[in-house]
Amino acid sequence: MHELSVSSAIVDTAVRHAEGRRVTAVQVRLGRLRQVVPSSLAFYFELVARETVCEGARLDQEVVPAALRCADCAHAWEIDLPDFRCPRCGSADVAVETGEELEVASIEVEEASECTV
Amino acid sequence: MHRVKVRVVEDALDANTTIAAANRADFDRAGVTVVNLMSAPGAGKTSVLERVLGDLGDVRVGVLEGDVQGSLDADRLASLHVPVVQLNTDGGFGGECHLDANMVRSALPALPLDELDLLIVENVGNLVCPAEFRIGEDARVMVSSVAEGEDKPLKYPLMFRACELVLLNKIDLLPHVDFDVEHFLAHLDAVHPGVEHMAMSARTGEGLAAFRDWLVALGTREEVPA
Repeated sequence: MHELSVSSAIVDTAVRHAEGRRVTAVQVRLGRLRQVVPSSLAFYFELVARETVCEGARLDQEVVPAALRCADCAHAWEIDLPDFRCPRCGSADVAVETGEELEVASIEVEEASECTV
Repeated sequence: MHRVKVRVVEDALDANTTIAAANRADFDRAGVTVVNLMSAPGAGKTSVLERVLGDLGDVRVGVLEGDVQGSLDADRLASLHVPVVQLNTDGGFGGECHLDANMVRSALPALPLDELDLLIVENVGNLVCPAEFRIGEDARVMVSSVAEGEDKPLKYPLMFRACELVLLNKIDLLPHVDFDVEHFLAHLDAVHPGVEHMAMSARTGEGLAAFRDWLVALGTREEVPA
């Protein structure tokens, strides 16, 4: 049900930027730390997009890896499991550099072709 | 017709963040500190509040109670003679599973903010979605209970990272469940290194004084006008 909330937010954002035009595709960047399941997001996106300008739009999902950097020893690494302590010096002062994205990167919309003279 | 790509580059939750900032401005103007209390269903949010709200000294506290349906929790807390406002989320998509900034905003007119020092927002019981939506709070607290199992920080890192304080509730059940507090704390430290935590039992009252003191400190922190 987390994916339902997230897909609603994605559709709302896309609708706002579409300014009434029909949306054919939505590109999103999803950080691994957001715990979004891609297949589940696609399912809910299709559902939530109904009766909006996003109805039938394709959802392109780019998953962004979780990259961390230690503020104490500058060690940088990526994680697959939720372990946020620095593996080199044990520090808790660790910054998340990427992996928390929940971003609508771009949308593809249909526009009436302009006449070229 | 032809297709054009429109660059957006916007956090999907931007709209919520904007409303949360408006809520925060209203809270600051009224001089009220806000706590967003989150947990899985049944971890004991209401029970913990029942134990501490009547015991906050001079701190004037109110509660905004979020539930999908009904007012069972609000009714329990109203007996403590603190202002309680019920916010039901079932008007949404079959019942929203979390509170967002806009829902909280819609409830603000019903709250006597100027008469409060501390507002506790009891979120809908859910270990995932509430972590995504800021509501304009100053602090986020989550309740985890020993009945849920010691592996929960590893399974729900989003929630365990989205809080400043973790309450480990129902420790009176420890003799009856397979729950090793040290294992839980090690998992918690891996997911959210250094996060503040307190062990307690809302049933027996053990360990609740620390949380009460934490709330009192939060509710009395600013002010002292020059």
